Amino acid sequence: MRIAIASGKGGTGKTTLAVNLAHYMAGRHDTLLVDLDVEEPNCHIFIKGALRQKEEAKRMVPAWDTQGCSMCGKCVTWCRFNSLIRLGNTILVLPELCHACHLCSELCPDSALPLQAFPLGTISWIKDGALDFLEARMKIGVEQASPLIGQALDYVDKHFAGKEFQLLDSPPGTSCSMIAATKTADFALLVTEPTPFGLHDLSLAVDTLRQLRVPMAVVINRSGANDGIIEDYCASENVPIWSKIPHLRKIAGLYSDGKLLYEQVPELKQSLDQIIAKLEERT
Amino acid sequence: MKEIVVISGKGGTGKTSVCAALAYAKPSDLVLADCDVDAADMHLIFQPKVHKDEPFFSGVKAVIDPALCTNCGRCAEICRFDAIRQDKDVRFVELLDCEGCGYCALICPVKAIEMPQQKVGRVFGSESRTGTPMAHARLDIGADNSGKLVAKVKSDAKSLATEHSRDLILVDGSPGIGCPVIASLAGADLALLVTEPSISGFEDLKRVCDLASKFDLKMACVINKADINPKIAAEIRNTMKQRNIPILMELPYSNDFSEAISLGQTLIEYNPSQWQAPFEQLWDKLLKEIR
Repeated sequence: MRIAIASGKGGTGKTTLAVNLAHYMAGRHDTLLVDLDVEEPNCHIFIKGALRQKEEAKRMVPAWDTQGCSMCGKCVTWCRFNSLIRLGNTILVLPELCHACHLCSELCPDSALPLQAFPLGTISWIKDGALDFLEARMKIGVEQASPLIGQALDYVDKHFAGKEFQLLDSPPGTSCSMIAATKTADFALLVTEPTPFGLHDLSLAVDTLRQLRVPMAVVINRSGANDGIIEDYCASENVPIWSKIPHLRKIAGLYSDGKLLYEQVPELKQSLDQIIAKLEERT
Repeated sequence: MKEIVVISGKGGTGKTSVCAALAYAKPSDLVLADCDVDAADMHLIFQPKVHKDEPFFSGVKAVIDPALCTNCGRCAEICRFDAIRQDKDVRFVELLDCEGCGYCALICPVKAIEMPQQKVGRVFGSESRTGTPMAHARLDIGADNSGKLVAKVKSDAKSLATEHSRDLILVDGSPGIGCPVIASLAGADLALLVTEPSISGFEDLKRVCDLASKFDLKMACVINKADINPKIAAEIRNTMKQRNIPILMELPYSNDFSEAISLGQTLIEYNPSQWQAPFEQLWDKLLKEIR
């Protein structure tokens, strides 16, 4: 079962839930954690362990071959991403803007745009006790996060298809990178906080997952006196609330040091037990 | 005209709260732009009166005309994104997977594929409840092109600044280091980095600094929740010193951030005796930085 942990708003506790849930779950179930928040991957701070494999993720983009080119200029008119520019008698390729559709390379009448590898980042496989952990990390300056997310999920399909639970720490927001990370999930856990910002961004995430037809449940983090705004929304939208994690300052302190929390915060362990029981019901 | 972009790398460090308090402190001097387009929250605080509300089109996607399609399957063979699907004998495009490259439309032997422009969101021109002109937007669910929408909000903010004779633009950027952030940094005079002393916050801060350095952009830093981890706070101060990035303000961990948001207020409105002076001082320092 593939479970996306998503949030809409950043900083609601998505990574905290993902790392603690994965580490705790690995004691009972065959579990894989995947960090797909590739722009700012933080799971590795909490999950230590031994590196098993690390590979560079690349995509194939065109490179201009000055020898064969007759300067017909077709590639420049075909490319809808402005990643090919003609400057005098030169074709300039901007790989950051390229979407790797390969149109120019495959249709170039002079075969003057052969493909070459462009680095997107790294994919690392780490083993921490019973837990398998995969991190995808985007190279700084790369603009598009979705291709790396897609490659990390291909890696999961190839090496970890048999896992009982695959937990995906997904990027914040509701744009293309969040979609890439959540669209193949069987279920989504949405972590929110009881503030108007939390509620607003939660509602966007709920609408997005509905469109992707991914069923979901909500976890309220920093739960307290204002939970009503989230509860009212979830009741009206028919989205179940699976658990609440109380607002405790000691969580902020432990988190800041990169510590797993569930052994030291019984309230969190109780929440994880609730969530695991609900997930077990669904398998 | 000067432009300050507030970013954080990591979400939840207090970026929007800091940006809102800054905007509240100088209602008559600046134009506010909310460029965190896929989770835009500034309007929840500033309850703007919307004067302009327009759809925003960007990019194209493939659409197959079933009346013309002969089901030859060429499009599915060449599509690198597996966006061409089949339901019995009818081919169609899964829009969430289509990148809009136009390869299929170009090679379709019977010209059955068109590439219509896509509406990806709405852009708004508004006035905040404090009388500040405001440019903001909403990205449609699952839409691509958030970077283009960010660029549009920024150019709208510039027009508003000209129209209202204001020479300062304050931009709330988005988390991360990808295309919306890159678009929000383009052409800025200063990136204000709001961080927190957690290992995650620190790591994300370094990544966002590396990104801004690529653009040769001037930076300054605010440490929020500075007291939650004195050791990491010290490391942040050190790293910022090495990188020649001034720390303009440090704030203690405070529930005022979430309490103020819950009331739809800025920090300064919620607790003026605590927050007014520090944000006025922050402005003085910011203006010195961009002078």
